[in-house]
Amino acid sequence: MSLTLKSLPREELFAPGHSACQGCGASMALRIALKALRPDETAVLVFATGCMEVISTLYPYTAWRVPFVHLAFENAAAAASGIESALRALERKGLFKSKKKVHVIAIGGDGGTFDIGLQALSGALERGHKMLYICYDNEAYMNTGIQRSGATPFRAWTTTTPVGKEIPGKPQFKKNLVGIAAAHEIPYAATASPAYWADLISKVRKALDANGPSLIHVLAPCPLGWRFNSAITVDIARLAVETRFFPLYEVINGRKYRITIKVPKPKPVTEYIKLQGRYAHLLRPEYSDLLKMLQEAVDSFYTWLEHMEKATANL
Amino acid sequence: MVVSSEKIKKVRILGLTGDEAVAQAVKQCDVDLISAYPITPQTIIVERLSEFVANGEVDAEFIAVESEHSALSVVTAAALTGARVFTATSSQGLALMFEILYITSALRAPVVMAIVNRALSAPINIHCDHSDTMGARDSGWIQFYAENVQEAYDLVFQAYKVAENKSVLLPTMVCLDGFTLSHTLERVELIDDTDALKYLPSKPTYPFPINPEKPITYGPLALPDFYFEFKVQQAEAMKQALKVIPEAMEEFGRISGRKYGFFEAYGLEDADVAVISLGSTSGTMRYVAKELRKEGYKVGTVKLTVYRPFPQDELAKALENIKVIVAMDRTLSFGAVGGPLFEDLRSLFYDSEQRPLIADVVYGLGGRDLTPDDARAIFKYGLEISKTGHVPEKVKFVGVRE
Repeated sequence: MSLTLKSLPREELFAPGHSACQGCGASMALRIALKALRPDETAVLVFATGCMEVISTLYPYTAWRVPFVHLAFENAAAAASGIESALRALERKGLFKSKKKVHVIAIGGDGGTFDIGLQALSGALERGHKMLYICYDNEAYMNTGIQRSGATPFRAWTTTTPVGKEIPGKPQFKKNLVGIAAAHEIPYAATASPAYWADLISKVRKALDANGPSLIHVLAPCPLGWRFNSAITVDIARLAVETRFFPLYEVINGRKYRITIKVPKPKPVTEYIKLQGRYAHLLRPEYSDLLKMLQEAVDSFYTWLEHMEKATANL
Repeated sequence: MVVSSEKIKKVRILGLTGDEAVAQAVKQCDVDLISAYPITPQTIIVERLSEFVANGEVDAEFIAVESEHSALSVVTAAALTGARVFTATSSQGLALMFEILYITSALRAPVVMAIVNRALSAPINIHCDHSDTMGARDSGWIQFYAENVQEAYDLVFQAYKVAENKSVLLPTMVCLDGFTLSHTLERVELIDDTDALKYLPSKPTYPFPINPEKPITYGPLALPDFYFEFKVQQAEAMKQALKVIPEAMEEFGRISGRKYGFFEAYGLEDADVAVISLGSTSGTMRYVAKELRKEGYKVGTVKLTVYRPFPQDELAKALENIKVIVAMDRTLSFGAVGGPLFEDLRSLFYDSEQRPLIADVVYGLGGRDLTPDDARAIFKYGLEISKTGHVPEKVKFVGVRE
């Protein structure tokens, strides 16, 4: 299926006028993701506490033209399972009717997904609710002031992984969220990027059509927390893919891997990190070994993905 | 609970434990969604409900979640669709739900939750006290406490009736003592299925249910310019509950022949000393009070069925001629003047003209038994205070080793 800009619905379910920062990658990703809904479909959105919830629902305003539910930080997946199941029960009993097909989409940031919300997410995926979970990953707790999360990449600066004399940036690597989701053997899991809007929309489409839980992990560059010029969010998002730093792939039924945007000739990781203040220290000569480790980790993950794609091609 | 002599129609009688009685009541309430996590001693409630759902006796979704935090999140969100929902928990489970308790009440989600009262860790202990629900008394939930298995059963219906009332819309806890009620087989008179459905409010249970055709934002961000008003509306709903609860109880009396009130008083007409308690202990206190009255002592009891909202005007009136009130707290409020029931009563009577003396007894922690002898000693303690006009210690521990 080839998507064209003209073929996308004009209707904005995520209305303008919200208070996201200039160049916010997360709001871009969500706006694009909702374009995957067909005219005969609608959605109930269930949010975790975080940037997107805060910027879109400052009482008495809301940016949402679909039902929006927010309870707390760590329970978006649980709350979404409640709504999905309740609507099913009510429909069965003739107490709920909708002209359009109703999808339940849970949305959380990396903190609400990789860290505090992981248990509720795992429970919901295991129980097999028919829902899509979208994680917009800006790689730290941006809403509370740029603290590290399980999604913060190796050696990135955050306010809780400062660039100290002894410890420069986050010593640990990023968690593999799609791997965790895929280990639940759910019908569909994928990474996505706002820079590859057609890839993002087609993945949301596949997720909505999946017969069971699905997860999309979308990279959400954050000018504030990553320290880059808010005019280049899309460039940053694209470079993350072109350097293989954030490969775009999907996993079907927890088994079949496919790289959806192939990067045969990757740019060096420095092309990506040199534009971001959070990595400024890595360009200093004394940290060249750390930069090398980062490049090796990026190469090794992509190589593994290629192996997985090949090995599972006939599944 | 006062049983009327006129039976309205032929009743079904079963031998049920407290847990089974709660499950039986929930089954008769046409719930749409149940979500729970196993925790002793409430587990049997959700086991029975799972069986009812698995056998098609209840047309509901049963979601066995991975934690109590998720259980309450599931039912709270589900309630926003207008579905009738249920969950149950105990002690640590309630403690884990704590964050969501406030969200449920603030979203005005009419969730009904059975709490099988049990002590909080540490040391870990699975037996009854009220430290779990007493900790949640300020969370904006209505709290009902059952004295026996029949009450546990009956209060479930009344909880839905009040919670879903459009002028209340507050989540409600039905509290029953762990093991003493949850695992004890008693005779329970069931209400008729049709009567139950007629009694319950019509669906949707929530006045603005989730509907993509009329999108609403539930759970927004409200800063200093609006937050306070949301909270005052919850306080107002609690006041409304004080009006709605007696009506709901009255109507329940008509279908069941069992009349409930905010509290049940015994012997107050001429008593000098009144002991006020919650839950199963109240039966012991009333039994001993009867014996003491035969011996000529002017004692009475109050069993408080509705603890939140606190029925202050009604209590003040019922206790206006009492010289000494002994509050029975089955929890400790560390570092406070006394237990929560004691503090509520003391502050209630501070403004009264005939200010009674009020003493606090803390008892039964971690399932420690309260014997009739202990109960007798508590009344004697109250009588002694009435004689001397002096409360010797603000908080007296009963049943603990010296």
